[in-house]
Amino acid sequence: MSSITHHVPDAMLAAYAAGALPQAFSTVVATHVSLCPECRAGMEAHHGAGGALLEDTPEATVTQGTRDAVLALLDMPFVPEPVYERRGIYPGPVAELLKGQPPQWKTLGMGVRQSILSETRDGSVRLLSIPPGQAVPDHGHNGIEMTLVLQGSFTDETGRFAAGDLEVADETLEHTPVADAGETCICLAATDAPLRFRALVPRLLQPIFRI
Amino acid sequence: MSDPRTELSQQTEWMLAVRDRRDRQAFACLFDHFAPRLKGFVMRSGSSSHQAEEIVQDVMLAVWRKAASYDPHRAPVSAWIYQIARNRQIDLVRREKRPLPEEWIDDTGSEPDASQILAVEQEAGHLKAALARLKPDQREMIEKAYLGELTHHEISTMTGLPLGTVKSRIRLGLERLRHELKALEP
Ligand SMILES: [Zn+2]
Repeated sequence: MSSITHHVPDAMLAAYAAGALPQAFSTVVATHVSLCPECRAGMEAHHGAGGALLEDTPEATVTQGTRDAVLALLDMPFVPEPVYERRGIYPGPVAELLKGQPPQWKTLGMGVRQSILSETRDGSVRLLSIPPGQAVPDHGHNGIEMTLVLQGSFTDETGRFAAGDLEVADETLEHTPVADAGETCICLAATDAPLRFRALVPRLLQPIFRI
Repeated sequence: MSDPRTELSQQTEWMLAVRDRRDRQAFACLFDHFAPRLKGFVMRSGSSSHQAEEIVQDVMLAVWRKAASYDPHRAPVSAWIYQIARNRQIDLVRREKRPLPEEWIDDTGSEPDASQILAVEQEAGHLKAALARLKPDQREMIEKAYLGELTHHEISTMTGLPLGTVKSRIRLGLERLRHELKALEP
């Protein structure tokens, strides 16, 4: 049923389950789990460990006021949180960042396109679209970079990554992912530091040279 | 005295009564069991008593409101509540919504499978026993991990944890998911 071979490392899954993973990485893990029964089972197992600790926690007295307030609120109408459905190749957590709209692609040259979904001081989440046979632009990443394939596949020095597969690369990994023949490869990529495409620099300089 | 292997835990019974019959009495029992533990748990990660009461209120209300999504074949009640509590606490601290996976909805319409529910509870019991066997410093580390106080890098360097037990839960969960996936096939 599932042909995913590259999963979330267990420590990352535990950190995600405990809520200790940075927001950008959490988006990628939530997206992978949406596609991968194995990692969903793993996540639920970590919830099980958390639950066992909760069961075992010494009790702290809860005021009668809080108890009364909760019981009184049971009949209050409430608005359920919005649920973002999968949209084509984009699982719920990605559809949520896209706010239900198609991605706004910006070209990076050589047919490669990106769509930034969120960017803060603590990290970034983006979609990358790479034509078959094309390499991902040379990019430096200081911390960790997570890349989840949503469509097509790519191959780099460490192996082949197809739809649902996740690559976790740290700064020690010098890799050149190249999109395989066939479909355009679309990936969800997250970093815990701003990502800089070196290949961008010549493009930005182009207008200057034209003057 | 009934055979414990054929009886669901009280917590599961209460939760199913809340889910299926909106039973307030059962909810009050759940509250009395979990709210004081939740408060203690939340205060361990630095919340004040006042803040902890607010989180307890939010979490217990969510238990009532989201009861329809509770599936005893997949998780013991404590695991389900743990997850709600962590989400709530993180949303409060980060002031932004934590990304969550798509919900897995078992719409196969299959009858409740008592042996599967009991297996989930049994695994939870094994986990609890494994935690009880930990040395104090190991126990402290694992508490920190599940309170969200360790980075994934720090977790990856931890040793001597009851990971084998977590893994058997994974196998169990997988079995169930595979079973459901099979039922979903045309
Ligand atoms: Zn996986």
